[in-house]
Amino acid sequence: MGAGHAEQPAAVRVRHLEERVLAAGLASDGEMDAVLARLYAHASPLNGARIVARAWSDPGYAARLLADGNAAAAELGFDTAHAGSGYRLKAVANTPGAHNMIVCTLCSCYPVSLLGPSPSWYKSLPYRSRAVREPRAVLAEFGLDLPPDTQIVVWDASAENRFLVLPARPAGTDGLAEKELAALVTRNGLIGTAAV
Amino acid sequence: MSRGHDIGGQTGFGPVPLGEDGQPFEHDWEARVYALNGVLRARGLYSVDEFRDAIERIPPQEYLGLSYYERWLRAIETVLVEKDLLAVLETG
Repeated sequence: MGAGHAEQPAAVRVRHLEERVLAAGLASDGEMDAVLARLYAHASPLNGARIVARAWSDPGYAARLLADGNAAAAELGFDTAHAGSGYRLKAVANTPGAHNMIVCTLCSCYPVSLLGPSPSWYKSLPYRSRAVREPRAVLAEFGLDLPPDTQIVVWDASAENRFLVLPARPAGTDGLAEKELAALVTRNGLIGTAAV
Repeated sequence: MSRGHDIGGQTGFGPVPLGEDGQPFEHDWEARVYALNGVLRARGLYSVDEFRDAIERIPPQEYLGLSYYERWLRAIETVLVEKDLLAVLETG
């Protein structure tokens, strides 16, 4: 065919690359399937929600979470310091006066195991460029209109430093068990593009 | 030196594409790219920093025109060729 690979559809290029990689023995189908199975089975915002619900229920845990995110995640069985590339996890707590949101302006860094696969918009050029310039306008596009006097703190992630937002516990949830609390927490709440 | 990927604070990219909020992969080939990278990284054939560097070296005009996983695909091809793990991938 002779066409430069950059002009071919991505799906065709991927198939060729995969054939070459498999033929060279650099990877196997089984390993590739396992990577995807792990992503689907273990990476979920339910994990981050469990962390948040525990923090809401246990002030001691909340304090440990804010002091050392990796250690607090490990208490619930989530290995963030060693699995994959490993990173420092910092949890940032929303308060009545301050709202946190996370972005990766350079690419897409994000604690996948705790928040689930990142949404396309998180990796998009508009979100990456604008979250640090006009966070209030960006949050409004998500339907989150914060009071003018609420401070917005934007955390720019890197491969080594990743963040999780600890939303404020909603009013009227005093009687709820931890499991019920976890069900209130959304992925966007963990990113900071929703209140909870 | 700023590369094409360093877009924090830039203007002109329009509204956040909120509709794109469903499955992790829009196309099957994107999942294959994700899986390929996962295996090659796990086997230690390149590091996450080498992979990121290969993404960040994509010329800015081209970078902005590629989708997220097209950048990954381009970076995997670049790293494997540069490390002599695969011959040049030019002819399809």
